[in-house]
Amino acid sequence: MSQTQSPSLGNLLRRPETGSFLGLVAVFVFFTIFGGGNFASPTGAASWLNVAASLGIVAIPIGLLMIAGELDISIGSMIPAGSVTVAIISGHFHAPILVGIGVALALGALVGFINGILVIRTAVPSFIVTLGTLFAVAGLTLGLCVILTGTTSVAIKAPPEAKFLLGQFIGGAFQVTIFWWIVAVAFWGFVLHYSPYGNWILAMGGDKVSARNAGIPTERMTVLLFMCSGMSAAFVGISQAILYNSAQVSAGQSYIFNAIISVVVGGVLLTGGYGSIFGIVLGTLTFAIVNQGIYYTGFDANWASLIIGILLLLAVLMNNTFRKLALSYSPAKGKASK
Amino acid sequence: MTAPLLKLTNVNKSFGPVDVLHDISLQVNAGEVLCLLGDNGAGKSTLIKILSGVHKVTSGAVEMNGAPVLFGSPRDASDAGIATVHQFGGTFPLMSIGRSFFVGEEPTKGWGPFKRFDSQRANEVAVKAVRDLGITRIDDGDRLVGGLSGGERQALAIARAVHFGASVLILDEPTAALGVKEAAHVLRIVLQARQKGIAVIFITHNVIHALTVGDHFAVLIKGAKAADFRKGEKSREEITDLMAGGEHMAELEAEIASYMATHEGHPPAITG
Repeated sequence: MSQTQSPSLGNLLRRPETGSFLGLVAVFVFFTIFGGGNFASPTGAASWLNVAASLGIVAIPIGLLMIAGELDISIGSMIPAGSVTVAIISGHFHAPILVGIGVALALGALVGFINGILVIRTAVPSFIVTLGTLFAVAGLTLGLCVILTGTTSVAIKAPPEAKFLLGQFIGGAFQVTIFWWIVAVAFWGFVLHYSPYGNWILAMGGDKVSARNAGIPTERMTVLLFMCSGMSAAFVGISQAILYNSAQVSAGQSYIFNAIISVVVGGVLLTGGYGSIFGIVLGTLTFAIVNQGIYYTGFDANWASLIIGILLLLAVLMNNTFRKLALSYSPAKGKASK
Repeated sequence: MTAPLLKLTNVNKSFGPVDVLHDISLQVNAGEVLCLLGDNGAGKSTLIKILSGVHKVTSGAVEMNGAPVLFGSPRDASDAGIATVHQFGGTFPLMSIGRSFFVGEEPTKGWGPFKRFDSQRANEVAVKAVRDLGITRIDDGDRLVGGLSGGERQALAIARAVHFGASVLILDEPTAALGVKEAAHVLRIVLQARQKGIAVIFITHNVIHALTVGDHFAVLIKGAKAADFRKGEKSREEITDLMAGGEHMAELEAEIASYMATHEGHPPAITG
């Protein structure tokens, strides 16, 4: 009986995050050397942790969808839609903040529901479906915002409790979203790695037909995952509106690719069936460090995208190598697990 | 044991105007291997899909233990004890052995919302089930399924079906992608399953494999049952002829012979 799992080479190789951990260490060391003392100082850390937190909250459900074999890019307009919704309802019309938050989250769930239903009913690839809803939601947000408020930027003054929970800077630098990110990581980590549903998600991405034949309600799971990603995007939008006291109709497109980069750098297989929450967290941190760390170095910040691009390619190559090693690795004869 | 475990009576299936299966009647008893032979397009896969609950019959009856059954979904069929294993094992290459073994039937520990997947038990059960089928090279349930050989994957899938109490095991070309040694191993596992009293429906192109394990044979040609016989009633050559459509083969042979007779012994050149 293998009561205690010793950390063998095989177990290490089989973890989807091994490659991204090495990547994160490399990037961190690089910017600590070239960024000087400021990069690793508390304010420096806050600058990339803040970016990582709001990105990480949407990257995890995107990663889960990718593990399940789907993709959701509609988050790019769901984030501003969430911001604008809460700002219009609670800022422009002065309704209680809870109503604004509730409606914004419900909108995220609704968009996710529509995405999910369209994907399972039409069998159109989810990239195309969510590309459609990306534009549809962006148009709807802009149109309704201008009709209702006459402007594309809505101010919102959140009450102190909402500000405390969603929009404060702890110690003057760390956004409170960092804690929400930790909550999200704990929740989704439990779902993917410890609950039976995690097994379903992995199986769906591995082979959808076999998963369905094994009795997994694949369609319900798909819709549910899209709803979670829509709600997570709306949540990030809400917290940003409350943090910055205003909502812009177009302030989320960069999240689409940043989230996908974080997820892929984190070791999730683009075609599904393989990945981990911890890996996505590492990928998000890596992305945020490169994105913000460049400002602490003497280099021109314009080079950041170049580094991210190269990093993405390197990460994918490294993850492929680790995945191959994991597949071919088997314990040596005689080392039975008895 | 009066009623056969699984019985099909005059089953017809058509997709719109296209008739795929005509009047198929088959039966298989517990502890028996039924070999389903036939060329590509003969209707074998449609028949499997009917038995595994993917398609519904257009007319005709399916009975299990004498009682008529109607499968609305693959889940209904597996609840009734019919397990289907596809050519590549129908498993998930990047999942661990323990996890893929229990997909859809995960063992849990803990309570309420904190029910956790019990990966240790899953690994132990999965490894033991596969080892019971004679695959002793597998001893680590954390290994990824994609790292196993084709035969080991088949064994894993069959072990899974046996573990979850399948009474009918449908094997769709399990040996088609395997080497000689691996195929022999899978055939041995088929016999083990038979010994456990499972009714096995073994779909194959390979007449030698069929003859090795089969008790009962049915040949499908263009959606109709062309022959139905028991072990020892027909020779290998007869079966091969039947599968290829009999007279077609004979015609082709005659054609080549006459060509060679008129062309100084040269076989016909391939043109086109």
